[in-house]
Amino acid sequence: MQIVSTFVVGILFGLGLVVSGLINPAKVLNFLDLAGTWDPSLAFTMAAAVLVTAIGYRVVFQRRAPLLAGSFQLPAASDLDARLIGGAALFGIGWGLVGFCPGPAVAALSSGMTSPIVFVGAMLAGMALARMLDKPSLRLSTQPKS
Amino acid sequence: MVEALSTENIVAATAGGVLIGIAAVLLMAMSGRIAGVSGFVSRLLPPYTDDATPSRLAFVAGLVAAPILYTAATGNAVAITVSNSAPLLVVGGLLVGFGAVRGGGCTSGHGVCGTARLSPRSLVATAVFMATGIITVFVVRHAMGA
Repeated sequence: MQIVSTFVVGILFGLGLVVSGLINPAKVLNFLDLAGTWDPSLAFTMAAAVLVTAIGYRVVFQRRAPLLAGSFQLPAASDLDARLIGGAALFGIGWGLVGFCPGPAVAALSSGMTSPIVFVGAMLAGMALARMLDKPSLRLSTQPKS
Repeated sequence: MVEALSTENIVAATAGGVLIGIAAVLLMAMSGRIAGVSGFVSRLLPPYTDDATPSRLAFVAGLVAAPILYTAATGNAVAITVSNSAPLLVVGGLLVGFGAVRGGGCTSGHGVCGTARLSPRSLVATAVFMATGIITVFVVRHAMGA
């Protein structure tokens, strides 16, 4: 049941990327190009997404638990460390170079174009590298899974 | 900029944002999880620390299916204009993947969900990647004249 519901969530999310134009790197780069061909429309996308999520979360968090799982899993970390800021800075540079962030890049795989495939391949490699640096002990994961 | 801010563009951008927000709220209501695409995608790579892999695959499948369903339903093609320079795509993909895992999230997890929760980490990460994204586009398009 949770798999079906998450699939539907993925479709809605992906439709949001398509309808807003966030799936299109050319549009994203224009959104970031304040000094040139600035396209502010994606600011409406961000604002609408944040507003709907903020209101919806308030309603959802009135419940003690989600409908299909035992508990809400919210990030516990709160420190504003160099890893967070450095990671976000590198992420922004990659985003500004190509115009893809992870969601749109994955959704664009559906186009059959080569560029999203190359980008997602490199993105997975970058993710794998960061995960290895993150938890070196997990590379030799010999302990039984609970 | 004036063309980019046509009523049609603003309506589409806002509607897309609403869809993304609804998806994020539904995921929290059903599964109790933050809709962070980089988290979902990076945890499809080993090591596996929980049993949510099928759900993550379902989300990614939904993302990929969305543009196809959109075109089937509306008859409109999805506009995706992206560089086809392999070195640029590889460097951009590596930075986006590495930075997102390092920084604990991307445009969706930090930019939408974390911002909606007013998480200090997400607010800082979002400000940082917006800034470096804008600076990168400025340098590439205006300082380097590409």
